[in-house]
Amino acid sequence: MALLEIRNLSVGFETSTGRFHAVKGIDLDVHPREVLAVVGESGSGKSVAMLAAMGLLPKTAIIQADVMRFDGRDLLTMPDAQRREIIGRDISMIFQEPIASLNPCFTVGYQIEEVLRAHLNMGARARRARAIELFRAVGIPDPEGRLASYPHQMSGGQCQRVMIAMAIACKPKLLIADEPTTALDVTIQKQILDLLMTLQEDTGMGMIMITHDMGVVAETADRVVVMYKGRKMEEAGVLDIFESPSHPYTRALLSALPELATGDRLPTVSDFIDTQALAEGA
Amino acid sequence: MAPVLEARNIVRDYAGAGGLFRRAQPVRALKGISFSVEQGRTLAVVGESGCGKSTLARIITLIDPATAGDLLIDGERIDIARQGLPPGLRRKVQIVFQNPYGSLNPRQKVGDMLMEPLILNTKDTAEQRRDKAMAMLVKVGLAPEHFQRYPHMFSGGQRQRLAIARALMVNPRLLVLDEPVSALDLSVQAQVLNLLADLQEEFDLTYVFISHDLSVVRYIADEVMVMWKGEVVEYGSRDAVFDAPQHDYTRTLFAATPVTDVAAIRARVARRRAAGIGAPAA
Repeated sequence: MALLEIRNLSVGFETSTGRFHAVKGIDLDVHPREVLAVVGESGSGKSVAMLAAMGLLPKTAIIQADVMRFDGRDLLTMPDAQRREIIGRDISMIFQEPIASLNPCFTVGYQIEEVLRAHLNMGARARRARAIELFRAVGIPDPEGRLASYPHQMSGGQCQRVMIAMAIACKPKLLIADEPTTALDVTIQKQILDLLMTLQEDTGMGMIMITHDMGVVAETADRVVVMYKGRKMEEAGVLDIFESPSHPYTRALLSALPELATGDRLPTVSDFIDTQALAEGA
Repeated sequence: MAPVLEARNIVRDYAGAGGLFRRAQPVRALKGISFSVEQGRTLAVVGESGCGKSTLARIITLIDPATAGDLLIDGERIDIARQGLPPGLRRKVQIVFQNPYGSLNPRQKVGDMLMEPLILNTKDTAEQRRDKAMAMLVKVGLAPEHFQRYPHMFSGGQRQRLAIARALMVNPRLLVLDEPVSALDLSVQAQVLNLLADLQEEFDLTYVFISHDLSVVRYIADEVMVMWKGEVVEYGSRDAVFDAPQHDYTRTLFAATPVTDVAAIRARVARRRAAGIGAPAA
């Protein structure tokens, strides 16, 4: 059974020039123990779709779906209070900007213990021990000392490790990572991706990796969903995506990778598909 | 013929933090950098955040002076700390910054933005300036009707085209590109890289291309310089650096770059399947 099941999800926003559809009827399944990569460029709706599933979009968003189920429970009709119990405990999320996602006014130790306090009902001493254990698990050196640090005293890579520690604190069934390494240097990116994959393999949690980087897809995903302008273009196993992409847009994305360039010029998306027709839904 | 740009032993110090009982120690951001670039060639400067590559960009672009060392442009020694910016030199060296949202004035129309460098640096008449700006818009893949628009009306890729157009208005010989495509989507990145290649050929431009993305560097560079903690650890032709990296840091950098190679993906998927992790069998 799928861990997260989404059927025909649409998300719209009212703007001064009429309704803007950010996500147009996508289906998505995430299974336990797998990494699903959601790939697309900015504006493709990949983040909005995931935020809609978690219920983190502002009230102005118009969310419609036939089915939106997590672990057999219906997310569409669920009261907010119940949803809040799930979000952060069974589904957790890591964002792109680690330094911006942490509160600058509190120590990282306080922030990670806050997660444990909110969801797990642990005593103060147990929380501290668990926090140290989590910091050790994500490879933060000197975990006892680091609990007293403020986010600005740590590097971007260290802050992302803190975010990951917070995200896995309650042993989630599903981890959504929204561009977790985009703001990081390539050697740090490698460390963070390795850490995420090790954690995923050890715990068997399902993971959604939202990214625009085909390199990250190649290093992490089991299955891939390619999105463009709010629509799902292709869904396939990671090998099929790289070996024999069936949709022209996927082919375009891959051929725009400089490391796979064969000729003098890099092909662009418009060499492959009529972007105008695609945008209008033809 | 002298190289367009030559640096000999460039050193740059920044004032460090001092205290009541401790004298401020300068931070040495560049520790003796030497290189040269011939006309029409592209030198790529690679390194992670904090390695000094942007400090170097500011010195080459004559924004900041070097603390010690010689900077030669067209064989002529330039020292802006002592003599200020010599007249006419701003026409020779121009820069394109990373973030096209931050480097364009939101309250200035595109046409005015393009004509401003001509007002400051040339004796062109208003009509000549207008004609040149219109021609440049077409050259970078935009249209003359964009002349009266504001930057917020353009996408990220179009704004980067505008930033490139502005830099080229005064016919520079040397263009410093500080991570020009890092903020752009993959397919837009391909378009901008193609544009840069076309412009280089047409105007015989010399590029100093600063980047942390090795796949982009491999695609665009003639020579590659790898920096680490303010030092040059590797400097040579593109093929020499990529085929036989000498320094440990360069090898670490290459090893950290995600591989999109099908054989590597197949091995990873097989390993995960053997461990009972990954997508369920279809």
